[in-house]
Amino acid sequence: MERSREDGPEPPPLPPEEPAAEQRGRAAAMEDCLLKKIEISVSEAEKRTGRNAVNMQETYTAYLIETRAVESQTEGQCSPVDSLWRRYSEFELLRNYLLVTFPHIVVPPLPEKRAEFVWHKLSADNMDPDFVERRRIGLENFLLRVASHPILCQDKIFYSFLTQEGGWKEMVNETGFQLKQSHVKVKNPDKRFTELKHYSDELQSVISHLLRVRARVADRLYGVYKVHGNYGRVFSEWSAIEKEMGDGLQSAGHHMDVYSSSIDDILEEEEHYADQLKEYLFYAEALRAVCRKHELMQYDLEMAAQDLTSKKQQCEELATGTVRTFSLKGMTSKLFGQETPEQREAKIKVLEEQIHEGEEQLKSKNLEGRDFVKTAWADIERFKEQKNRDLKEALISYAVMQISMCKKGIQVWTNAKECFSKM
Amino acid sequence: MRHARDSEEAAAALSPSPDLPLPRSIADKDLSLPNGTPVDTSSPASSSSLLNRLQLDDDLDGETRDLFVTVDDPKKHVCTMETYITYRVTTKTTRAEFDLPEYSVRRRYQDFDWLRNKLEESQPTHLIPPLPEKFVMKGVVDRFSEEFVETRRKALDKFLKRIADHPVLSFNEHFNVFLTAKDLNAYKKQGMALLSKMGESVKYVTGGYKLRSRPLEFAAMGEYLDVFALKLGTIDRIAQRIIKEQLEYLVELREYGPVYSTWGGLEVELGEPLEGVSACIGNCCTALEELSEDMTEDFLPVLREYILYSESMKNVLKKRDQVQAEYEAKLEAVALKKEDRPKVPTDVEKCQDRVECFNADLKADMERWQNSKRQDFRQLLMGMADKNIQYYEKCLTAWESIIPLLQDKPETK
Repeated sequence: MERSREDGPEPPPLPPEEPAAEQRGRAAAMEDCLLKKIEISVSEAEKRTGRNAVNMQETYTAYLIETRAVESQTEGQCSPVDSLWRRYSEFELLRNYLLVTFPHIVVPPLPEKRAEFVWHKLSADNMDPDFVERRRIGLENFLLRVASHPILCQDKIFYSFLTQEGGWKEMVNETGFQLKQSHVKVKNPDKRFTELKHYSDELQSVISHLLRVRARVADRLYGVYKVHGNYGRVFSEWSAIEKEMGDGLQSAGHHMDVYSSSIDDILEEEEHYADQLKEYLFYAEALRAVCRKHELMQYDLEMAAQDLTSKKQQCEELATGTVRTFSLKGMTSKLFGQETPEQREAKIKVLEEQIHEGEEQLKSKNLEGRDFVKTAWADIERFKEQKNRDLKEALISYAVMQISMCKKGIQVWTNAKECFSKM
Repeated sequence: MRHARDSEEAAAALSPSPDLPLPRSIADKDLSLPNGTPVDTSSPASSSSLLNRLQLDDDLDGETRDLFVTVDDPKKHVCTMETYITYRVTTKTTRAEFDLPEYSVRRRYQDFDWLRNKLEESQPTHLIPPLPEKFVMKGVVDRFSEEFVETRRKALDKFLKRIADHPVLSFNEHFNVFLTAKDLNAYKKQGMALLSKMGESVKYVTGGYKLRSRPLEFAAMGEYLDVFALKLGTIDRIAQRIIKEQLEYLVELREYGPVYSTWGGLEVELGEPLEGVSACIGNCCTALEELSEDMTEDFLPVLREYILYSESMKNVLKKRDQVQAEYEAKLEAVALKKEDRPKVPTDVEKCQDRVECFNADLKADMERWQNSKRQDFRQLLMGMADKNIQYYEKCLTAWESIIPLLQDKPETK
């Protein structure tokens, strides 16, 4: 055990803090991304019925992806719009492909498959028009995020997803990618990735908690507003028996109706904020996928190192004739007598060759790992920046929503007060 | 608009010459402005008390206020037999009926209850203001809690003020004794002895007669009171439901805020903005709590008072019906005898007087009641609107204050 730690691969060093120049260089790379060349939008959603693989009737929603080249615009003429239909499962396939092909990238998540964290008024039905509309926005956001990613946007499969309707699935399958869901335990985990994994777990739990409570807050707020609507009715009924107070009551009742119905728009807008949070809830999973991939590589590396160590040990045993550890080989040699020196020579030779090979392999795996860490960490840094920017914006828009709700509230109650004062 | 017209009419009535009313009505209009555009918007309480003072003369048909009663300083008394609360009742007056200009006595709820019964007994033709309910849901409300005592004190204060402002009730002997007697219990015992001596004759107990039909105006009054009580009951239920919903909303909000704080603990650059949002939601919680408290303490008790008030009114209306029924029955009896006496017996005449007296008192009281109801509800509902405006303003300030924190760019730090 002690030895294996000595020989075991050390986690590659952190890439040095990126100098500002490099950051600018990456910003320049962003300029060259796909999104600068074509415009992408998911413009429509359509309910369809068809037969699935097991020939069962199924209903699904198809989304219309529209693309248009930007370049020709500068020449003064608009290039024609290309469009094609994709369904959610194809988006899922695309994302899985990207996950496997770019293990070191924090791949943007898809919007939720089923409506989650909804408050009671919202339908949890997949075919619900509001849900389909929010998913349409989410899918478009996904395509825009991939298309603006410096590495992902250059992928051919992604490009054909946007431009080639037929045969795309076959093309993906030809790449032979396989989504591996394995869990391994590494001996020397990289502290930074362990921390990142821990962070992803925490992020996921805190955002899902936040979304759950927000849905309940929305429910209760809805209740408070809607109960006020009853004032509208009772004020109006009461006004019928009053003389001087009648007019004031009647119009105050009208303002209570306005107050009660204003909550519908407010909460609908808030749902957009929830969607922004949901994207990062799913990003947490994408972050974990990168950590998992790193663990897998680390595991490979450790296995190779372990193998090499045991071969070295065997070689040494053969050369010195001592058996340090209890082994089957030691037992057999005791039972069946010693090998001839020739046999031993040959064995040592084979082992030495294997050791050499193993060392080469370890070296390349180490390099590969180092490379992975470098690219992955760069993308994680990019992701962190994007996350901070996006979430700040989301929080600002949330605060602005709250401000507008307060202003609406003040307005309605000021109007109502005006009516009451005339009673 | 309506109010402006009212004050113009009042001004016209006050001015001796019809040629003069123009400048005068403008001056009067200015005085009544607090209804439309309150002069002092910062404090609704002060503007409403101004409203009270300005409209009092109008309310009392030109009578000036000369009797001021306040209920304050509740004290808890713990005896071996019972525990109860007494309130200080302070009176300031210039009336000749009082020996001193100022009195201060301590009274407990059952004394108020005694006073109300005495008033009902001795002034059967008048509308006696209601007392707050004696029994509250046991176990649900702590009778000795600060909030409960304060709510009750307010209601008792209102009760005595309404009597003190009444042109007839305020001169009642029992009321005088209630306000001034050092030992009210001694008076109570004496009163009981007196009552048994005088027998039942003093009371207007006239049961046994049934009125065939109410005169139209009283029928309308009865119908009005029925609908009014029904609508107030609905408003009371809505208000309670809103408070319940608000408290449930508060529970969720209290959980919601800290989640942002937890998240902030995970983040570096987002730490401060998330903490900011958490603190902001905390401020909104405080504002919401205040709103619910205000509604529970200020809004609901007034609604309850008026529900009870309409019950009192209905009782007076019933008594009136009985008096009229008695008169009609007696009149009928006389007619049946077919005696040729041209004069109706004095007994029946007395009865007729009593009906007319009752009708006049009741109508006057109804009018007074309608007036104070209108003022009270204007004040109450404007208060409700004000409380909501204040709530939203507090939340608005909280959310606006975190915008700069959220916009803060890391480079500028």
